[in-house]
Amino acid sequence: MCGIIGLLMKNKSDQPSLGRLMTPMFDCMAERGPDSAGLAVFEPPVGAGLRRFNLFIPDRKYDWNALLKNFQTQTGATGQMTALENHAVLVSSIEPAAMKNWLAECDPSPHLLSVGRHIDIYKDEGHPSDIARRYHFRELAGSHCVGHTRMATESAVTPEHAHPFTAGEDFCLVHNGSLSNPYMLRRKLEAQGLHFETDNDTEAACRFIEWRMQQGETLDQALHTAFQELDGFYTLLIATNDQMTLVRDAFACKPAVVAETDQYVAISSEFRSLAHLPGVENANIFEPLPEVIYSWKV
Amino acid sequence: MESVKALAEPTAHQLDLSKISVRELNQFLHHELPKSGLHHVEILHPNGMHNLAVGVDADVEINIRGHAGYFIGGMNKQARITVHGSVGWSVAENIMSGTVRVKGNASECAGASGHGGLVVIEGNASSRCGISMKGCDIVVGGSVGHVSAFMAQAGRLVVCGDAGPGLGDSLYEAVLYVRGKIHSLGADAQEEPLQAEDIAALGELLQQAGFDANPREFKRIGSARRLYHWNSEHQGEY
Repeated sequence: MCGIIGLLMKNKSDQPSLGRLMTPMFDCMAERGPDSAGLAVFEPPVGAGLRRFNLFIPDRKYDWNALLKNFQTQTGATGQMTALENHAVLVSSIEPAAMKNWLAECDPSPHLLSVGRHIDIYKDEGHPSDIARRYHFRELAGSHCVGHTRMATESAVTPEHAHPFTAGEDFCLVHNGSLSNPYMLRRKLEAQGLHFETDNDTEAACRFIEWRMQQGETLDQALHTAFQELDGFYTLLIATNDQMTLVRDAFACKPAVVAETDQYVAISSEFRSLAHLPGVENANIFEPLPEVIYSWKV
Repeated sequence: MESVKALAEPTAHQLDLSKISVRELNQFLHHELPKSGLHHVEILHPNGMHNLAVGVDADVEINIRGHAGYFIGGMNKQARITVHGSVGWSVAENIMSGTVRVKGNASECAGASGHGGLVVIEGNASSRCGISMKGCDIVVGGSVGHVSAFMAQAGRLVVCGDAGPGLGDSLYEAVLYVRGKIHSLGADAQEEPLQAEDIAALGELLQQAGFDANPREFKRIGSARRLYHWNSEHQGEY
């Protein structure tokens, strides 16, 4: 099954409420995906020349301070870290490729969840509501967020297999559905030198779309290519630093509902997870059409 | 006005989903309602919840006050259910008799596999509306999405607006009437002449559904019955 949610605040003054409004949406969609979950939130950018690196390690008692010290001595780069149990955000001037090389040398090696100036990603195995509580989702602030509650059907239940998936910088994707040709896509992309971290079908879609953008396509063009290349069922919700985009497959097999007001754009697999939102009774509520691209700018 | 009047009626029994569970609601509607002598039930705060008023078998008026979720009024017998809002997937699935009316829009599979009774969607219905319907009537005030009335076996689907791609694909003996544009017909669906008996039946059905539309403006779609039998000339296609 799986549940997806997205929330974009139209007014800057409402950005502090993002987490408070989003968390009940996330909790409600736990029924559609109780085995693991994740959320990407887009915040104001870090300073010029800096990036946010989100790191995950299964051990909740991991010594992040020791990792930071090693990072600074071994790479010579500056770094500021905010850590919570098995998750940390490292803000640094290091280049992403150098960061990946350094992480590969660490033992144990933390998983790099995301890279960008805006994006933070939290994802783990376990009940979505527990994950939301553990990472204080209610307190998150930002312009927009996309989340996913997973009921795994095609690959293992691990933190790495949870959504959102990322590729490149400030780009992520959540998916409800299943693809029937992820290995074909994957072989095509691996031949182009792309590296995969899991055997999950959504990772193939995520890397495919982001790769098309690297080749010079806009997100809209990349999605039109994806309509031709992706085989299977999908409702995809994509977020970048300045937009949130929703598409469904040609048969519209997987649900999605949008509620839009002057204050926000809220997306969910089911209306019931939007029912608590302020002013939803007068919102423009609609179901996205198959193979139509719906985008909202921050 | 209608809601104020309904709520003020002394016999209206209120069931508030902010206080009771869906299971408690449906158990009341199945077991206590038929013995109660009540003829009018108000369901409050549905908040998009699924499975409301499923499997009701009683001569009763049920109002659901707000947007509701999946499978609303499924398997209904006798009851006249009105949703004062929009609904998710599969409203009135397998309806047997009675009426399920949605004042707003309906998502996919409205009236799917319905055997009898009437389903009215005052707004738009999404894809697969009336899929596999088996004798119910469905009247949609707005438009329907793709592959509506797929493999529909009996009954009538009336669309006052437009129909999406693949209307009536693999149609059996259900009859479809569309007033607006048809994006495309599915395999084996064909437009047929609108006869006097169509106009009479359609007029009655539109009136029953509460729509002021001229039955002469509709197109009739039926099955060409070419898929009913195996055709050896097409063997190579399989």
